[in-house]
Amino acid sequence: MRLHEYQAKDVFADAGIPTPPSALATTADEVVARAAEIGYPVAVKAQVHVGGRGKAGGIELAEDEAEARAAAEAILGMDLKGYTVESVLVEGAVDFVNELYVGVTMDRGAGEPVAMVSTQGGVNIEEVAAEDPDAIAREHVDPAFGMHPYQSRKAVYDAGVSQSLARDVAGVLATLYEVWESTDASDAEINPLMVTGDGEVIAADAVLNVDDDALFRHPDLAELEEEAADDELEAKANEYGFDYVRLDGNVGIIGNGAGLVMTTLDLVDYYGGAPANFLDVGGGAKAERVTNALDMVFSDENVDAVVFNIFGGITRCDEVAQGINRALEGFDVIPKPVVVRLAGTNAAEGREILNDELVTVEETLEGAVQRAVEYAEEEA
Amino acid sequence: MSILVDEDTRVLVQGITGGEGQFHTEQMIEYGTNVVAGTSPGKGGQTVHGVPVYDTVEEAVEAEDADASVVFVPPAFAADAVFEALDTDLDLVVAITEGVPTQDMAKVHKRLTEVDTRLQGPNCPGIITPGETKLGILPGNIFADGNVGLVSRSGTLTYQVVDSLTSRGIGQTTAIGIGGDPIIGTDFVDALERFEADEETEAVVMCGEIGGEDEEEAAAYIAEHMDTPVAGFIAGRTAPPGKRMGHAGAIVSGSGTGTAQSKIDALNDAGVPVGDTPAEVADNVEDLL
Repeated sequence: MRLHEYQAKDVFADAGIPTPPSALATTADEVVARAAEIGYPVAVKAQVHVGGRGKAGGIELAEDEAEARAAAEAILGMDLKGYTVESVLVEGAVDFVNELYVGVTMDRGAGEPVAMVSTQGGVNIEEVAAEDPDAIAREHVDPAFGMHPYQSRKAVYDAGVSQSLARDVAGVLATLYEVWESTDASDAEINPLMVTGDGEVIAADAVLNVDDDALFRHPDLAELEEEAADDELEAKANEYGFDYVRLDGNVGIIGNGAGLVMTTLDLVDYYGGAPANFLDVGGGAKAERVTNALDMVFSDENVDAVVFNIFGGITRCDEVAQGINRALEGFDVIPKPVVVRLAGTNAAEGREILNDELVTVEETLEGAVQRAVEYAEEEA
Repeated sequence: MSILVDEDTRVLVQGITGGEGQFHTEQMIEYGTNVVAGTSPGKGGQTVHGVPVYDTVEEAVEAEDADASVVFVPPAFAADAVFEALDTDLDLVVAITEGVPTQDMAKVHKRLTEVDTRLQGPNCPGIITPGETKLGILPGNIFADGNVGLVSRSGTLTYQVVDSLTSRGIGQTTAIGIGGDPIIGTDFVDALERFEADEETEAVVMCGEIGGEDEEEAAAYIAEHMDTPVAGFIAGRTAPPGKRMGHAGAIVSGSGTGTAQSKIDALNDAGVPVGDTPAEVADNVEDLL
């Protein structure tokens, strides 16, 4: 789960990391009112989950009320890489002399967390990492002990942060690690960590991505999830408890098991179609989940045909088939053609149960995908 | 021959009294697995499908001389269950549980460097040596005894590929699901090492997916150390960066690492044919044998 910048900043500020004064706004009038309270100049920043917001026009500086209103009108409602901007963060602009980067993430290869510091903050840190890896100091942390104080100092000195700033930056990094650990984060980043003319450090942006699998022990953060969902269908998937990702194509895909669903997407592409989504109904898919999955896919107006691919291990194909019949019998007209392929546990029984007036049954994965791609082309 | 488990493996089921634990204990026994004990705190003294239940893993291992455990404990308690198993002298711990927090697994990963016990998973379907034993949730009926080893990050994708193999008369020595999480115990290289050392395994199928660099490391290992031919498959070619494709580990980072293409290229460079479809993987295995 990715928190919005304003949510992440709240978490960081609560932990004691300095952040600029800021407030959330959803209308131009609110932006002007909040900016007046904070004092000009302000930055008006789109709250959507896309990288490179600034370059895409999602961040504007405003020196006065007229500029703030213009910025708000330009940004609110704009389409930023496929996401509509519903809210902006109005934030006191920081008069900085330098921009640093600090971050904590899980190094999956090493199987342990890594804390990172760079004096080349502000720009795309992934470009820095690719072009000049030595510009980022890295300190691996033993997850059983947590980060020792010396490690935060070492990372800061290794990065070449000046001595006058080292103590404050090390303090921010140590706190950031604590936030990362205590929120079960996958990533916690401040980019840039701005340095003012007075030698103060202040977090001008905030990234906090929390491990979905750990949300059960962070009910406060789980509550933010609804606010953080960008897409109506993705919000609906959360409600149903599906792993769902929306894509641009017109072939809807339902399956069980992440690897097999990914493979089904790949085959749609391989046979000349375009996948509309990733939807994993999970193991032991009962009738209700099948109905909900079809509802999800039919709710996507881009979908022209659906492929339903189940390989039963724990999941029983006869139960899935009953679920499909029940879901489709509820329609006067089936919204889009559905191709079903059942294999594994009770597959023959399942195929027997399926009503072939409602669905097209295929024996093989490859055959089912090709048929769905054909249907999607005809319907499009 | 087989790797890691065979008909003599004495199996302990952690979380044996839960719904999943009970169901799959029955399935494993039906398949022929030698299930000797189960654990469930507070339920010691009971039996499940004739299997004695103990309160602690230590007690169960000592009383029944278990070699390996299968963990069906819910995600919030799964890491604790694995720690408990690692503190005994079990050879193998297979964690089936899906949804274990990654930071818990980082702590487990650290502990693994200090013990001799091997961990497989979490978030994996388990391991099967067809005709002898299975530890986990794999549907036994699709597998057949034979000479091809299989290692995969995904459950149902494994079934799909095995089905293509078995239906052509190609059986398996051992099939091992290593799990779809970012931090796991046994990885591709560990499994490939075992298959390379197994005389009966004449070819290996490796099913990878987007995210991380395990497949690239496996490719380097294959090029350097393996005489046994390998056929590959990579899921997630159409996955956009930054979107988690179900598995916690299946995510292409914004900087472009972990892409399907980088893995396919690495495997091709190591001489491994990568099929475009699961059926093509089976074709490639036929060619390699």
